[in-house]
Amino acid sequence: MKKWLPWIVTGGFAVWLLSTLRPPPEATDFHVNEFGRLPVLLNGRIQPFDSVARNTLLSIHGTQTVRPPKEDSSKKVLSATEWLLEVMTKPEDADRRKIFRVENIDLRNLLGAREGRLGQMALTDFDEEKLMKLETDAQKIAEKAAQQRTGYERDLLHLVESLMLYHRVKSSLRLSDSAPFLASIGKQLGEKAVSRMGAEGSDPFLRELELFRKSFAPGFEALRQYEAGGEYNKEDLGLFSTLFHRYQSLANRAYPLIVPPVHPDHSRDAWSNIGTSLMESLRSGEIHPAINHFAVMASAYRDGRAADFNRAVAEHKQWLASQGLGLEVKKGWEEALFNRLEPFYKSQVIYVVALLLGCAFWLNFSEPMRRSGYLLLWLAFIIHTGGLLFRMFHEGRPPVTNLYSSAVFVGWGAVVLGIFLERIFRDGIGIVTASSVGFITLIIAHHLSLGGDTMQMLQAVLDTNIWLATHVVIINIGYSATFLAGALAIIFIVRGLFTRSLTPHVSKGLTRMVYGTICFATLFTFVGTILGGIWADQSWGRFWGWDPKENGALLIVLVNALILHARWGGMIRERGLMALSVFGNIVTVWSWFGTNMLGVGLHSYGFMEKGFKWLLAFVISQVIVMALAMVPLSYWASFRNTKNLPEDSGPTGQPVAASA
Amino acid sequence: MLNRLINFVTSLRLTVACLAMAIVLVFVGTLAQVNLGLYVTQEKYFRSLLVFWTPSGSDWRIPVWPGGYLLGWVLLVNLIAAHIKRFKFTWRKSGIFLTHVGLILLLAGQFLTEVFQVESFMRLEENGEARNYSEDARKNEIAIVDVTHPNHDTVVAIPEAMLAAQNEIRHPHLPFTLRTKEYVPNSFPSGPMDTNSSPRRLKATQGVGQRLAFDEVAITAKMDDENKPAAVVEVVSDQGSLGDWVVTTWLTKYRLERSLPELRTLLQSPQQFAFNGRTYQIALRPIRYYKPYSIQLLDFTHAKYRGTTVPKDYSSRIYLNNPEAKETREVKIYMNNPLRYGGETYYQASFEPGDTVSVLQVVRNPAWLTPYFSCTLVGLGLIVQFTMHLVAFLKKATQKIRSKTVPSGKRADLAAGRGDLEPAGAAAGATGSAKTFRTSPKRRNS
Repeated sequence: MKKWLPWIVTGGFAVWLLSTLRPPPEATDFHVNEFGRLPVLLNGRIQPFDSVARNTLLSIHGTQTVRPPKEDSSKKVLSATEWLLEVMTKPEDADRRKIFRVENIDLRNLLGAREGRLGQMALTDFDEEKLMKLETDAQKIAEKAAQQRTGYERDLLHLVESLMLYHRVKSSLRLSDSAPFLASIGKQLGEKAVSRMGAEGSDPFLRELELFRKSFAPGFEALRQYEAGGEYNKEDLGLFSTLFHRYQSLANRAYPLIVPPVHPDHSRDAWSNIGTSLMESLRSGEIHPAINHFAVMASAYRDGRAADFNRAVAEHKQWLASQGLGLEVKKGWEEALFNRLEPFYKSQVIYVVALLLGCAFWLNFSEPMRRSGYLLLWLAFIIHTGGLLFRMFHEGRPPVTNLYSSAVFVGWGAVVLGIFLERIFRDGIGIVTASSVGFITLIIAHHLSLGGDTMQMLQAVLDTNIWLATHVVIINIGYSATFLAGALAIIFIVRGLFTRSLTPHVSKGLTRMVYGTICFATLFTFVGTILGGIWADQSWGRFWGWDPKENGALLIVLVNALILHARWGGMIRERGLMALSVFGNIVTVWSWFGTNMLGVGLHSYGFMEKGFKWLLAFVISQVIVMALAMVPLSYWASFRNTKNLPEDSGPTGQPVAASA
Repeated sequence: MLNRLINFVTSLRLTVACLAMAIVLVFVGTLAQVNLGLYVTQEKYFRSLLVFWTPSGSDWRIPVWPGGYLLGWVLLVNLIAAHIKRFKFTWRKSGIFLTHVGLILLLAGQFLTEVFQVESFMRLEENGEARNYSEDARKNEIAIVDVTHPNHDTVVAIPEAMLAAQNEIRHPHLPFTLRTKEYVPNSFPSGPMDTNSSPRRLKATQGVGQRLAFDEVAITAKMDDENKPAAVVEVVSDQGSLGDWVVTTWLTKYRLERSLPELRTLLQSPQQFAFNGRTYQIALRPIRYYKPYSIQLLDFTHAKYRGTTVPKDYSSRIYLNNPEAKETREVKIYMNNPLRYGGETYYQASFEPGDTVSVLQVVRNPAWLTPYFSCTLVGLGLIVQFTMHLVAFLKKATQKIRSKTVPSGKRADLAAGRGDLEPAGAAAGATGSAKTFRTSPKRRNS
């Protein structure tokens, strides 16, 4: 039994993972998931509606689903795509969802948000007048430098930006104010205009499109005559210009570019939003087929006609493929799958289990525990790798392109090294360090993803280039190694000081691991830093410019070099090595995140406001651990009753070249 | 005594102390950029022998920490001295040796760069005239141009630093003296109606300065701003004064006529005067570096990602004309793809709104290749050393695990079944090892 336990545990998790591969059934008759896979263009890249929905909801609401209001008895949780469809087609329902977060107490009181859960408000909860005033305030705040904004101002700005985003999403698929618009046109122009609208009782937006279709030719004719200076029909021209202004303002508002290019072989990225496309139609006289598809989808979803909705979705997909946009359809499908599988979340869960098993092994030294932990570490690592590879191939870019992907990659690198250590030493230390670093970096990545699209396009200066790709990847491996060394050192200090498990054998092994990991870290941080300089030389003509990020990388190199030289010179022994390795954690986290918070230099692309207090907390915790390392050995639980102090064993792992 | 000195210079303790001080210096030098800006910080912390502290309210300069140059030199001497003293080539030390040679090359290369690197800019207008000079971004010169001859100009250029330091400037090619009456390192134009009381307002009796005054303003350290010095210069000949002129980079680097249309004609014409039948122009302008070839901008493009304002690409198509080498060709310079020509490198640096003006950065750095060699050497050295270390360690670890985990009786079968020299990982990864591990060393020790 004991022999098979590790395989049973790992197999169980593997089965769970495989079971999530199967697409879940649609929650309703509507093929919402299928709709979520349709490709659109946003942030300069092709992505599915599903990603638009998730990222929008994340930045407004902070989660990827919407929980039902308390009074809703069905308790049905809305998926991101369902929410997006609701906003785009049934805004009057969506407006009542409490999705806007108001965290700041002052702002909450000001807006009267006390009743909402956790300060969450629906659009209908806001007082129009107050909102108008806040919008003017927000404009002033936006002009201030990000570092100088107060908590109240940050929240206010976020709220106003969320509201703006929400309004943009609302008019992305259809115009929500078609009904009043048609009524006012009917009043102005009378019978003639009404006769051009679609059938009474059908969806207002479809009626508006019908009006547009029928008004185009006479309107254009009137315009031609007007320009020629002849007689012209005032009503036709008036209607034409009203529609023009209406679609012009829509073009500025609509959010994702949902209408594919008319000639994809000519310019593949010439997607447009619904407003721009309708403006284009005023010139060409034809409504883009995609608009018709989306109009049908919208009205069918609104009226609860599932069959029509599903047919329109399928038609649109087919039409895209027939237009030579099969690649975009495939990209949308892939990314929606990736979103659903959430590989990083799943590997995070398994890392935690592996971590617990590793700790359990230390408590009772039962080998099956260690074996299970080790196999689970592998399993999590494979999923982690899969996610990483998917992102690379999907984007066609190196693994690290922004702060988010660096967090994913640093964790991955630490796990590789940890697995390697576990294979050699087989004492659970590799499992515990690798799974904890992997888990923590994925948590960090999750929080970074709240900022929005994690696959955003790169600024021109950061566009792929062999030096850029290599230096970022190599330096991130250096981060991984330095963090791993720091984590090993923490284990040494905690186990030595508080438990009796740090036997001379374990202590010697840990020292070896830390020393080897620091050698590895030195290699990668040094080469990565120099390659970064070479990239800078290639890109803008200076090898070294004392930019904060460059300085941060240099600091890690200096700290690692200092540790190695101090060790070779016999200036530090085991405890000194451990304390300095923990210091390496502080320096690495400074280089990784701290430098971005300064808001200066060429690398300040990832400024984070909220991260600062976490950074500070981390630094303080590491300083405490370093202080613990300085506690005299006679107080250490592992050495209290033994004469076999590690200090007597002399520096281990001393390289042959100590004299150089 | 000498021995003690040698021991000190070659000691590892000195290395570690320098590294520790460098860590503090780099960290403080990073934080200082928030307030001081990049350029001032570099001068104060990294391009200096000592870092000085000036207590507020005094003008003392108390040295508090070694600067970048000092630490760099000490590390370099320490490194070279240690190698000279203990150098004895063995294969086992080859990695460390390579690493340190690479480091010496890197440090030496950076010192050379500091001394010889010249950075300047070339601003080009689409289909404008071809340029045969680039301009310094920071340093200016006062140029007296004799434009009498119809075919060529005679230029006398005096560095701004001299203008700031001296009252009177004489030059053998100038038949008059320049007298600096006022000099401010940064200024801002103020119209005649401006009533704010500036400590120093620069006006003149001739040229632009009659109509437009310049006020002294505080020196800026921001990355996206620069100082615009201004001076009042009196031209004095042996026949008496020829009047005061305001010279400032506001008149040579910026288009003031856009915001002051009423002064358009005055601002667009050069400030000039006649003396002894010759005509001279006077201006404070960026230092120019002339080249034996010229560059003309044919086309500048600026692409954005669809539906965003995120720049996708900037590129300049230029026409290079070198009459001496009889070389004429078109070149496309874009992000991450500079032009290397005539010992200089041209980078796409920026552009002006409207996408018709491209700014190229021009860098002359004879030591630019040193980091490439250095990186190769250090990388190779560390890999060699690390690999030797790792292989030795793995061998030892394998042996130890075998001797400790496999009971002596079974050992022979195992070796026969698996082959004797498998790497350490194979034993750990094998499924059957769970049983053998029950007698793992930690268990026994705990």
